[in-house]
Amino acid sequence: MIERLLEPENRQTLRYPMALLGGVALLTSMAIGIADRLTHADIAQRQLDDLQATLQQVVPARYYDNELVRDTVTVDDAGRPVVVYRARRNGQVQAVCYQVSAPGYGNTAMRIILGVDRAGALLGVRVVSHSETPGLGDKVEASRSDWILKFTGRSLNDPQPASWGVKKDGGVFDQFTGATITPRAVVKAVKGGLEFFAAHRAKLLDESAALPTPERDEVGKGAKS
Amino acid sequence: MNDYRTIFADGLWRNNVVFAQMLALCPLMAVTTTATNGLGMGLATTGVLLTANIVIASLRHFIVEEVRIPVYVLLIASLVTLADMAINAWLHDLYKVLGLFIPLIVVNCSVLGRAEAFASRQPVLAAAADGLAMGLGYTLALTVIGGCREVLGSATLFAQASLLLGHGFAFLETTLIQDYQGFLLMLLPPGGFLVLGFLLAGKRVLEQRGQRVQGAAPVKGQLGSPIH
Repeated sequence: MIERLLEPENRQTLRYPMALLGGVALLTSMAIGIADRLTHADIAQRQLDDLQATLQQVVPARYYDNELVRDTVTVDDAGRPVVVYRARRNGQVQAVCYQVSAPGYGNTAMRIILGVDRAGALLGVRVVSHSETPGLGDKVEASRSDWILKFTGRSLNDPQPASWGVKKDGGVFDQFTGATITPRAVVKAVKGGLEFFAAHRAKLLDESAALPTPERDEVGKGAKS
Repeated sequence: MNDYRTIFADGLWRNNVVFAQMLALCPLMAVTTTATNGLGMGLATTGVLLTANIVIASLRHFIVEEVRIPVYVLLIASLVTLADMAINAWLHDLYKVLGLFIPLIVVNCSVLGRAEAFASRQPVLAAAADGLAMGLGYTLALTVIGGCREVLGSATLFAQASLLLGHGFAFLETTLIQDYQGFLLMLLPPGGFLVLGFLLAGKRVLEQRGQRVQGAAPVKGQLGSPIH
């Protein structure tokens, strides 16, 4: 059969290149399909591990005994779905963790992950991905500078809302030498993330299931306005 | 033609993908901020070049002139996709370093270039040798350029090598100057072009000197001329 395929007169027909291209397309798609079946579970597991590692950076281990990556709730934030991971201990939500995005220098989005405790204070902030200028804007990475760690412990009223900005804008957070846009965007996004928490507090903390704490709820709402 | 020494001399030096053919510069500028990244990208590209050359050389009797380019593109794109999936699933630490760049191998014109210029008209073994030689030559170029940029830009060499090669290679990681302030230009794309320019000039000087030593010996024919 192979000899017949190789005969010159068979190859000069229009059918031959069509069959060749079709055959190669079929074989390669089959190979990719099989490879997908083989690697799908492993890749999903790796992505879950990555996510877990990221979440652990912003929510200390003492806050939860559940499987953080699987306890999620999707909240609609002005038409944009936000996936929130909930850290529970003894069934009660102790902290939540979600992602916000900020337009960086050159309008490429930075993805920022926040960990927030029940009272609305930040447990940790990390920039997960960005395309800021190396050496200038990339100081938002925890591995390059401790700037991002200064958010820990802050909440909507600490500092006062007017001071939630970089020093250049009259706020309390440092900007970087030669880069103001990036830290300004991060500060604004973190503040936005805290406002999101205040607006959806009851839903994020799964209050219907756990002990209702009405007074603290009022505090949370008061912080928003 | 199938002299393996010629094939390796071509791939590593005389007809080097970067230093002679000047191909595949786009992924080069993107990844060579450190020697480790260059090495990883080079090895991944070598794998794809090797398998693409083998597959295309073994199919060369079936592939007809009219549809050869689409067939090559299809094969190369699938191989890169397979490599991407396999590295993501089973070498995940490497994937975290190189993940963004692996799909870039598809647009590495040297893979298509070797398929067209060599694998399509040579036996499988010779094509495999060519793929390996070209890939190693590319790896060499990426690692050298990455090393230069890393030393000048951040005063380290092979930073994070253990992430790529395993903990046994942690000894490669060297910091040349503590508290180096960094030379940003070298880490940005212009630094890549600058380093490449100086290295090309250096290669020219070496070759001219070599020719002068040999007398006016005729330059040996190169296997597979670059595609433009």
